[in-house]
Amino acid sequence: MSNWTEIGNLNDIPRLGSRIVTTKEGDIAIFRTANDTVFALHDQCPHKQGALSQGIVHGSHVTCPLHSWVISLEDGEAQGHDTGCTKTFNVKLDGERIFLAV
Amino acid sequence: MANTLVVIGNGMAGMRTVEELLKIAPKKYNITVFGAEPYGNYNRIMLSPVLTGEKTIEQIMINDRPWYEENNIILHAGANKEVVNIDRRKKTVTAMDGTSVNYDRLLFATGSNPFIIPFPGHDLHGVIAFRDIADVDTMIEVAKTKRHAIVIGGGLLGLEAANGLMKQGMDVTVIHDLQVLMNRQLDPPSAKMLEVSLEERGLSFKMAAKIKAILGDESGNVTSISFEEGEDLPADLIVMAVGVRPNIALAKKVGLQCNRGIFVNDTMQTYDPRIYAVGECVEHRGDTFGLVAPLFEQAKVCANHLAEYGIANYRSSAVATKLKVTGVNLFSAGDFTSNENSEDIIFQDPKRGVYKKVVIEDDNIKGAVLYGDTIDGSWYFQMMKDGTNISEIRDRLLYGQAHLGDSGTQGANAVSNLPDNAEICGCNGVCKSDIVNAIASKSLFTLDDVRDATKASASCGSCTGLVEQLIADALGSDFNETETRKSICRCTDYSHDEIRTAISTNALMSFQAVSQHFSFSSPDGCHVCRPAINYYLLAHWPGVYEDDSRSRFINERTHANIQKDNTYSVVPRMWGGLTTPAELRAIADAAEKYNVPTVKVTGGQRIDLLGVKKEDLPNIWKDLNDAGMVSGHAYGKSLRTVKTCVGSTHCRFGTQDSMGMGIEIEKMTWGSWTPAKVKIAVSGCPRNCAEATIKDFGVVAVDSGWELYVGGNGGMKVRVSDFLTKVSTEAEVIEYAGAFMQMYREQGHHNERSAPWIERVGLNYIKEELIENDEKRKGFHSRFLESQKYAQDDPWAERASKGVDVIDFIPLKVIN
Repeated sequence: MSNWTEIGNLNDIPRLGSRIVTTKEGDIAIFRTANDTVFALHDQCPHKQGALSQGIVHGSHVTCPLHSWVISLEDGEAQGHDTGCTKTFNVKLDGERIFLAV
Repeated sequence: MANTLVVIGNGMAGMRTVEELLKIAPKKYNITVFGAEPYGNYNRIMLSPVLTGEKTIEQIMINDRPWYEENNIILHAGANKEVVNIDRRKKTVTAMDGTSVNYDRLLFATGSNPFIIPFPGHDLHGVIAFRDIADVDTMIEVAKTKRHAIVIGGGLLGLEAANGLMKQGMDVTVIHDLQVLMNRQLDPPSAKMLEVSLEERGLSFKMAAKIKAILGDESGNVTSISFEEGEDLPADLIVMAVGVRPNIALAKKVGLQCNRGIFVNDTMQTYDPRIYAVGECVEHRGDTFGLVAPLFEQAKVCANHLAEYGIANYRSSAVATKLKVTGVNLFSAGDFTSNENSEDIIFQDPKRGVYKKVVIEDDNIKGAVLYGDTIDGSWYFQMMKDGTNISEIRDRLLYGQAHLGDSGTQGANAVSNLPDNAEICGCNGVCKSDIVNAIASKSLFTLDDVRDATKASASCGSCTGLVEQLIADALGSDFNETETRKSICRCTDYSHDEIRTAISTNALMSFQAVSQHFSFSSPDGCHVCRPAINYYLLAHWPGVYEDDSRSRFINERTHANIQKDNTYSVVPRMWGGLTTPAELRAIADAAEKYNVPTVKVTGGQRIDLLGVKKEDLPNIWKDLNDAGMVSGHAYGKSLRTVKTCVGSTHCRFGTQDSMGMGIEIEKMTWGSWTPAKVKIAVSGCPRNCAEATIKDFGVVAVDSGWELYVGGNGGMKVRVSDFLTKVSTEAEVIEYAGAFMQMYREQGHHNERSAPWIERVGLNYIKEELIENDEKRKGFHSRFLESQKYAQDDPWAERASKGVDVIDFIPLKVIN
C-alpha cells in the first residue's frame, strides 16, 4: 500500500519548474508542467547522476543539466538514442495539495 | 475517422515523407504504399558500396517489412503492384494486378528512370543501367564469370559503377563523350587529376568517344561495342550511366501538368490539390532533383502540409557533391565555371595531388572544386550559402579554415586514412568505427542524426569537421553537408534570424507568443529554443520583457556553475583582475566557513571556489556581498572577465593605463546578457601580456593610442582576432567596446561566439557598421547603455538579501 505524504502546495513549485523532497533514500524531484500536471522522479539522471530537478522542463520531459539527456517525466525513460531509466514515484493532487507516495 | 493517404513509389523520398508525417501526425491517415520493387525501402545511395562488396543488401534497408506492419502501413510491393491508373474524380488508384484503393490524399514519389541512349543494340542482353538492386545483382553475377565491362558515362554514378565492377574483378573501361570526367562537378584540371588517379587504380578510359553501335551474338548477348573512329572493344557487360529522367508517365497519363517533371508548387502540391509529389519525379521552379538532401527537405515540407500544419515552404538549395570512391577525395559545389564577372583563385600542388579552385563573384563564393584536400569543402559551402563577404580573408582563403587539428582530435585532417579504432570525438570517446557502423546500420544521413546516435561532436564540437568527413565518405554525393536553413531547434523549421525578426516586427513579447506565432510542434519548446528565445526577447525588449528563469540553463538560473557532482562553483568579480587584501580575506573566510574543498585561480584573473552546496549559495554570496564583491558571471552567456596586464602604472614597457581601461570597460559591460560568453582583455603594450588578441574584444595599447581587435577565441578553436581599427582616445575605446557588444547582442545567434559570428557575416560588414558609419556606432553604443540600465543589478545580492527566487535554494519538504 502506498503511504501518501503531503509534501506541499501546487503553487510552491513554479510552472515548468521543479523542487526537491529530501528523503533517507535520496532526493526526489517533483515537477510541475505547463498544464499543472505533477510528476515525481528520483533526482538522478541515469547517465551520470545529474540532478534532474535542475533541468529545463518542457512538455512532459526534463533535460538533464549535465549532458542534456532528455528524460520522460511519465516513465523516467531516456529519450532518443540514449538508454536508461530513472525511478518514478506516484504523486497526486488533491485540489492544490500535493501528495507523494513514499 | 482517419483519411486515407496513398503513396505511389516505395523509395527514399516517398518513405521519408511518410516518416516525417508519422512524426508529426501519426494518426491522421491510413497509409497505403505501392512499390514496383519487391522489397521494403532501401537506401539507394548505398548501392555503390553493395556493388564493391563493402555492404550487403540487408545493411542498406531503411524500412524493412516489419516496419510497415508496426506503423499500420499497407505495402503493395512487386512488379505486378505497379500503379497503372488513377481515377481523379473517383479518387482511386489501380495497380497492374487490379488492386484498387481509394484515397483522400495521393503522393507521387515515382522517382526517375535511368536514361538509355538508343544506340543500335541497346536492347541486347547484358546492357543495363545502375539504378536498383536488380542491376547490382546482375553486375555481381556477370562479374563472377566474365571479364570485360564497359561503363558508358563518366559522371558520378558511372565512375562509382566502374569502381565497383573493378572491385568485383572485371576489366573496366569508361566511355565518356567529353574530355572532362564528371563535367557537371569538375573543371578540366581537377578532372584530369581524377582520371590519372583512377587509371592508377586500374580503370581504363576512352574520352571524347563516339559510340556507333553495341554488338551481340546470335543468342542476343552483348559481345562488343564499336566506335565511329572504327575501333571495337570487347564487352560482356555494358552499364549505361548517362543520367536519369523523372518518371512522369503515370502523372502525364492522368492529366497532371508536367514538363521535365511533375510540376509542384512551394508546398509540393501538384495541379490537382489532392495530389502531392516529392523526389526525383518533380519539377520545382524549373529544377529537377537527383541528390538526397533536397529530397529530404521536400519530404519535410510535404509532410507538414499533409498534416495540415500549413507552414512550410520548399526552397531549392545549392548542393555539394562528393565521389564515393574509397581513397579519392573530391568536393564540388555551386557554379564553378568562370565568366567575365567572376574570378578564380586556384591552388595547385601536383606532387601532393592537391587542387583547389574557388570561384568568386562580387566578393562572394559562387562555387568551389577541391581535389585531394577536401577538408574545407563544407566551410566554403557554408560561406557560399550564407553569402559571406570574403574580401577580408581572400589572401588566406585557399589555405582553409584550419578548423581541424584543434584540441582533442590529435591534429588529424584526413579521416579516410585513420584506423578504425582512432578516437574521433575526444569528449565522448567515440571512435571511427562507431560512427561508420552507426551511419550504415541506422541509416543516418545528417550531422544531427550522427550526433544523436553516437554523441560524436555533440559536446564541444571541435571534431565536427572530422565527423562531417566520415559522413561524406560514407554517403558520398548525398551527404547533406549543412542544412540550408538552420532551424533554431526541432520544435520549428524557422531560423534564429526569422524568429528575431518576428519578435521585432510582430511585437512578440513572450515565449508563448513566439511559439504560437510560429506554430511550434511543442508549445513550451525544448531546452534548446527556450533559452535562445528568452535571450532574444530580453535583448530586444530591455526593461519590458521579464526574464523567464525557467527558460534559463541551470547555471544562469542559479548564478553559479553546476559541477559533475551537482555542487556549484562561485567566482566573485575582480574588476580588471584587481583585488585587495580585504577582498582576499573575505574570500578566504568564506572558503573556510562553507568548507569549500577547492580554491583555484582561474584563467580570467579571479578566484574560483569549487564544490559549494546549492543550499549554501545564498549565504556565501551574502558574505561576499558584504565585503563589496558581486557576481563574476562566470556561469553565463554574458560578459565574463576583462583581463588586463599592469600597463603603464608599473611596467617599464607600458604605454597606457591598461588596468584603468580594463576596469572602466568591465564597469560598463558587466551584467549584460549576450548570445554566448564574452571575454575582453586590455594589454598595455604590443607585448600583449593580457593575450588580448584571442578575446572577443581586445584592446592593445600603443604609444599613440589603442588598437582594437574583435572575434578572437582561445578555446577549442583558437582564432586570432581581427584588427578592427585604431583609435586615439579612451572615450573612443569605450564607445567601440559598447557598440561592438550591442551589435553582437543584436545579431549573433544564441550560443554562437563572436568568432563564428564574424566568420559568418564577414569582418567587412562589422567594419561598415562600426567604423564607416559614426551614427550607427553611436546608436549601438547608446542602445547598449540603455539595456545595461536594467542589467546591472547584482544577481547574488538579489537572491541573498532581496528575496528573489529563494525557493530555488530550499527543498519543498524534508522527509525523515
